[in-house]
Amino acid sequence: MNWQSLVQALFGDAHTIERSGDVISGAAQLRGQTLTVVGTTDHAAIGVETALAQAKVVLDTVQNHPGRAIVLLVDTQGQRLRHRDELLCINRYMAHLGCCVDLARRSGHRIIGLVYDQALSGGFITSGLMADACYALPEAEIRVMRLPAMSRVTKINEDVLEALSQSNPVFAPGVANYVAMGGIQSLWNGDLRDCMLQALSDSNLRDQRADLGAARGGRRLAAKVAQQVVSA
Amino acid sequence: MNAPLSFAELSARQRVQHLLDAGTFTEILGPAQRVVSPHLALLGVPYAFDDGVVIGSGMLQGQPVLIAAQEGEFMGGGVGEVHGAKLVGLLRRALLVRPAAVLVCAESGGVRLHEANAGLIAVSEVMRALLDVRAAGIPVVMLIGGANGCFGGMGLIARCADHVVMSDQARMSMSGPEVIESSHGVEEFDSRDRALVWRTTGGKHRFLMGDCDRLVEDDVAAFRQAAAALLGVSRALTLDGLLAEHQLLTQRIARFEGCSDAVDVWSRMGLEHPEQVTDMEAAQMQSLRNEHVQEAV
Amino acid sequence: MEHLTFELVGHRAPPNFDAVLVGVVGSGNLEVLMERSTDPAHCTFSIHTSARGFGPIWEAVVQNFQAQHSLAGVAVSINDMGATPAVVSLRLDQAAASLPGGEAA
Repeated sequence: MNWQSLVQALFGDAHTIERSGDVISGAAQLRGQTLTVVGTTDHAAIGVETALAQAKVVLDTVQNHPGRAIVLLVDTQGQRLRHRDELLCINRYMAHLGCCVDLARRSGHRIIGLVYDQALSGGFITSGLMADACYALPEAEIRVMRLPAMSRVTKINEDVLEALSQSNPVFAPGVANYVAMGGIQSLWNGDLRDCMLQALSDSNLRDQRADLGAARGGRRLAAKVAQQVVSA
Repeated sequence: MNAPLSFAELSARQRVQHLLDAGTFTEILGPAQRVVSPHLALLGVPYAFDDGVVIGSGMLQGQPVLIAAQEGEFMGGGVGEVHGAKLVGLLRRALLVRPAAVLVCAESGGVRLHEANAGLIAVSEVMRALLDVRAAGIPVVMLIGGANGCFGGMGLIARCADHVVMSDQARMSMSGPEVIESSHGVEEFDSRDRALVWRTTGGKHRFLMGDCDRLVEDDVAAFRQAAAALLGVSRALTLDGLLAEHQLLTQRIARFEGCSDAVDVWSRMGLEHPEQVTDMEAAQMQSLRNEHVQEAV
Repeated sequence: MEHLTFELVGHRAPPNFDAVLVGVVGSGNLEVLMERSTDPAHCTFSIHTSARGFGPIWEAVVQNFQAQHSLAGVAVSINDMGATPAVVSLRLDQAAASLPGGEAA
């Protein structure tokens, strides 16, 4: 689904969301609530400008619209792979976006992430994955690396990877794996507006993803290990 | 005066021993407890008893700290399910025990590919937990000095911390040069040009740019001293602080427009002899930086 | 991966000690964990190694180690990523040296 169709399905014409480069942003109305919407399109490569532009929208909301929820729309091919971005310290720019999202949460803004197309590599760590909860459309693609490439890098036979990925969601591409591991709260089926409203209503301040992964069986150790460290 | 002991050449476990006051380290979930990765065995890859990260509590110059040290030699220091959970747990523990600092010896390629999805989610969980600690007024100090650098998700985590300490040997960045080269060719980034790699992502460049706060020699005593000076020095994130950071990052893009190499950047910063930077000692860098760098609030 | 176990007779049981760990699971390297065991007459070895088919060599290395140290009441656990016999022997010796009664490294 492209961003225009998504926005239409969610808000009809009740929005001011526009595109500038690979970044989409604006305000939208949903059942009486005004939301800030910000994200990327066209499988954006997240470089210094893209991270900064999204951070600006988040900061504007914190400064000017107390209490307004923020929706992060994710469509990315990952971080931009350019010498110049590394030279300028792209990790600082991406971290800045993450810190802005976190500050917004701390300042009373609910933050919902939605992967509506692709989330590859590290592209959404500091956006969608920093939301209160991140959701995905059923047709979304989420992966760190495809299996053939992973096979080349790890020197593990692709057949072995294929076979293991049938029963273990820990490394293979697929939005279902992310749901099983608690990284994605749920897939949005049916009326997208109802899903959005439910997400806004469910949102809370605690990072529950490890518990979710344990309950779903996709990530059995993370919550337990973290708790063991706390209680040691 | 002791002879310098290379931080880069020490294992994670040794770094912890040398950084903290002698005999004060108590490990949490140590190797004897065998909290290992359940996934590596299934892939026919050896696991490590501590899943590549040493965590625990101790004292630094008499003050209580929590510490984590990633073992760069094990799976490139990559973050997997258990490894990530140990870091998250340590940060959550900090909220309870309120140490003078949480020290993180970061040496990692980022997400552990063999556990890619768990690693990716864990990185964001670590970020959220770290920002909770920061918000509680407990400083998180990244000590980056390993040969493998601090990349990917750990590079993101590093820039969420209150303070970053690097040595000249160290690197901090997002994507490794090999990945950039395979994507866009050797003209984009020649990953075998070590001088280029270090100019672009190494401690000296990051220090001059203000992306790391302290630059030290590759000596564990220097890291220890730098960490000790940062105990209790919290830099809470505020709206004003983030607005100032945003301004700085915006101006940086404009300021270094057209620079194709770190030497161009240093020259544009106003350094008279940018070509000499790579030969300078860490101590000489401080005065250079004082003259030329704009700091975030 | 291969899992090998050996149980060798020994006579020198170190007094109570906390587990010691030496080495790192990196390419060409290994980690050696030594812990107290309840068997007063043997030293046991449990080896997980990425290199397959070297059983006889591991056996020779641990026998050589035990001929030197004759440990008892000790359980040795190893995670190995293709270390040479020389490196394995070195790590075993380093671990033994960390035990109470072992020489300072």
